[in-house]
Amino acid sequence: MALDSKSELREFKIVGTRPLRPDGIDKVTGKARFGADITAPGMLVGLVLRSPHAHARIVSIDTSRAEAVPGVHAVVTRADFAEPGEDVADILDNCMAGAKALYDGHAVAAIAASSGKIARDALKLIDVVYEVLPHVTDVDAAMKPGAPVLHEGRTDETVPEGLSPNVISRHEFGHGDIEAGLAQADRIVERTFQTEATHQGYIEPHACLAQMGPDGQADLWCCTQGHYMARNVCAEILGLEQGQLRVTASEIGGGFGGKTTVFLEPVALMLARKSGRPVKMVMTRSEVLRATGPTASSSIDVKIGMTKDGRITAGFAELRYQGGAYPGSPVDMGSMSAFAPYDLEHVKTIGWDVVTNRPKQAAYRAPGAPMAAFAVESAIDELARGFGLDPLEVRLKNAAREGTRASYGPTYPAIGLEATLRTAKDHPHWSAPLGENQGRGVACGFWFNFGGDTCVTLNITPDGTVTVSEGNPDIGGSRASMSMMAAEELGIPYEKVRTIVADTGSLGQNEVTDGSRVTFAVGLATIEAARAAIREMCKRAAMVWGIEPEAVEWVDGAAQPAGPNAGEHPPMTLAEIAAIASNTGGPIAGHHEANPEGAGVSFATHMVDTEVDPDTGAVKILRYTVFQDAGKAIHPAYVEGQFQGGAVQGIGWALNEEYIYGEDGVLQNAGFLDYRVPVASDLPMIDTVILEIPNPGHPYGVRGVGETSIVPPLAAVANAVSAASGVRMTSLPISPPKLLAALHER
Amino acid sequence: MSKIHVTTTINGDPTEFLCEADETLLDVLRDRLGLTGSKEGCGTGDCGACSVTVGGRLVCSCLMLGAEAEGQEIGTIEGMAEGESLHPLQKKFIEHAALQCGICTPGLLVAAKSLLEHNPDPTEEETRYWLAGNLCRCTGYDKIIRAVMDAGKDMREAS
Amino acid sequence: MVQVRIWGSLAAATEDQTEVEIEASTLRELLDGLAARYPAMRPQLERGVSVSIDGRIYTENWFTPIHKDSEVVLLARLKGG
Repeated sequence: MALDSKSELREFKIVGTRPLRPDGIDKVTGKARFGADITAPGMLVGLVLRSPHAHARIVSIDTSRAEAVPGVHAVVTRADFAEPGEDVADILDNCMAGAKALYDGHAVAAIAASSGKIARDALKLIDVVYEVLPHVTDVDAAMKPGAPVLHEGRTDETVPEGLSPNVISRHEFGHGDIEAGLAQADRIVERTFQTEATHQGYIEPHACLAQMGPDGQADLWCCTQGHYMARNVCAEILGLEQGQLRVTASEIGGGFGGKTTVFLEPVALMLARKSGRPVKMVMTRSEVLRATGPTASSSIDVKIGMTKDGRITAGFAELRYQGGAYPGSPVDMGSMSAFAPYDLEHVKTIGWDVVTNRPKQAAYRAPGAPMAAFAVESAIDELARGFGLDPLEVRLKNAAREGTRASYGPTYPAIGLEATLRTAKDHPHWSAPLGENQGRGVACGFWFNFGGDTCVTLNITPDGTVTVSEGNPDIGGSRASMSMMAAEELGIPYEKVRTIVADTGSLGQNEVTDGSRVTFAVGLATIEAARAAIREMCKRAAMVWGIEPEAVEWVDGAAQPAGPNAGEHPPMTLAEIAAIASNTGGPIAGHHEANPEGAGVSFATHMVDTEVDPDTGAVKILRYTVFQDAGKAIHPAYVEGQFQGGAVQGIGWALNEEYIYGEDGVLQNAGFLDYRVPVASDLPMIDTVILEIPNPGHPYGVRGVGETSIVPPLAAVANAVSAASGVRMTSLPISPPKLLAALHER
Repeated sequence: MSKIHVTTTINGDPTEFLCEADETLLDVLRDRLGLTGSKEGCGTGDCGACSVTVGGRLVCSCLMLGAEAEGQEIGTIEGMAEGESLHPLQKKFIEHAALQCGICTPGLLVAAKSLLEHNPDPTEEETRYWLAGNLCRCTGYDKIIRAVMDAGKDMREAS
Repeated sequence: MVQVRIWGSLAAATEDQTEVEIEASTLRELLDGLAARYPAMRPQLERGVSVSIDGRIYTENWFTPIHKDSEVVLLARLKGG
């Protein structure tokens, strides 16, 4: 469905305003029910036994002592699960280890008992015999021949011979001739960058409640970014029919990509099947950090050439991402996005997907892009500063725009990068004075955004109010946005529409809440569902008036004759048509099911001021401004919220957050005390500037906004630290000891 | 092992419960009393999602034993609104879009209320340091800080 | 025939050509045509690809039209968070 008007954006009445969110009161009063807040009569508590080893063959598991404990109703190991299909094999193996435990924290057994205390005590009575194997957690070490091998036979046809079987795939993108491009450069910067794994860090640990009857009907409540995904995956793993497994999404306490797969859910269903009782499982924070998806860690070589007037002549990057114990790190996304903001004649990226003895990575907000942007944007900054050039001017000079052939292949339609850069340059932040030990950094970022399967049903109630049912968990205010778009189309007040997230029994298939897709794709389906309802309401009015439906139009929430030839009839409002629906053919609804693809790519420029303490190496964020293209901001407050939240997660990635493994391959900092996410006192206000370059693929021009905002901050912060201290930090996080050591070396 | 009998007051309601000796106040609130507004984000006192007040003092209920509630006055998120009337902080959180997913919101509200009781006119820095024990992963804190300071302003003007 | 730009690592399947010609008027015909003409590309096609058609990216809709003069670029299958 294309933009409603190519020439000018329509006048909106509701879209672009800031109404109160429909779930607000429940969330400020403690009434909202999140994953761990659901209970069922007769419920058991399920707990997981996890591997204390980074890599070990599971020789045997004896559950008999645990099963004998009064109050224990079921014990589950991998032996309880049938051989999985290929597409869920890794997911199941990650939920419950098979032949080997592949990382510290890998699930090896689970218990359902009548109380948490009994379950905890009984876990200790499960006897697991491990044969400990050598392990590897570093990406570069894992690639070398002779490194401890996780899996044999998983390497695909893209990988040349001679590397470790831990190397899964190789991805190459780009165009032109790098050597020819480098030959034109006045200076070449060649550096290696490293980023550590970070966790999405949602405050709500994974939680679910499962019940299953002997007839194969099952119910599951869980906090997830996609309950349809949870249904389909669990049904396949458990051998259930999808139609017999009803999944209800609880309120979700953050996801950021980390709740786009299942961890506990198949285990809870299996415990429920074996025990015949509802089973609730809730992870501890330590389990979340040890066994759910952090992002990939990376090691990236970059080589960029530039002329002295700031033209990039060639860009090359070789990216190595370890994605934990299973194939599928987002190195392909990193390789495609690394140079996406720039118009380059010669560009090439090579990406390597590598497995290590770490938890299976899960998507994290623009998966794969932030680390690639860190490397490329740092190198560009170094070149610009080396020539004494303005880093924003250099980016403007090389910026991709409409008609540019993207580094990943296609030619860009209208995009917003240049607008973010120009707006940044004109912003007072750019010219504000800086003090001693202070420095300013900028960086750009890109993300694709996408669509996917989507269903929306919009019902007109007899009293003329409207309910919208959609199938995507609301992680950042999307119910408000859907209600706004429905109200905008229908021409009724926002308060007359209530949007709910429906269970899997109520709608068809819905893609996960990911890829910044919800406002785009679900919004599009909501608009279409409203238009379908409008067509029906026009038909009902036409019946009453005795004219043709085509002679009726919908204006400001009412049907009216389209022109003088249609006769003299006073407008019939939505409420008036709803009141007589039973007399004109029955209830009125509109629905739309589609797989809208063609989401618009989005760009951002971030600007940050930092102060470096030369005595401690601590970095303080003094000022931060986000400039991002939203296409069209439906609810600007929640767009700002996405910009701010992404920026701060990026600041955490840049400065504090990291997975720290000991020599034994065991995670050393599996708690929020030592895995330090940014707190309120670490930060200033995060200023935002929303730009609106409409996406031609959406009726209102919406692009996704959720992911792009985490792409630039890693580099923006590193560039600001470099400006403040004169030290170029190539390894994240820029923690105080690391920076202090670099300052001393200077 | 026999359970401990505890008599306490929660949000003004006289309350009795039985709990194990090693059970946290948070577990009692959530699992025994059905007060699931207090959330467990870490269980180690690092995230603040379980913030409650005990005798007017802000504490992480995951770090306190249920048995220690004996004779105390406990305040939780469920007691913040008076009937239909939301506390000014609750209103401002919604108005400022200071919540996205909402999991940290109960703890932040309890902590912010405690701040304004101790310091009705906090600076931005004081607000940020008081709330530094409450993690929020969605918002970057910007709108939360604005909401708290705006609520403080309204409460000062109303008094 | 439509011109299809492929990414670097797939060139091993096309005798190092980075642009190939396929007779196709829809996404499905394009993917089937590639698999038939370049069997070595099949493993990647089975793992999944996305396709940019005139600057908009598609992954699943088989009957997305492709015109003779469309710009068609194969991409790694998109994933998001």
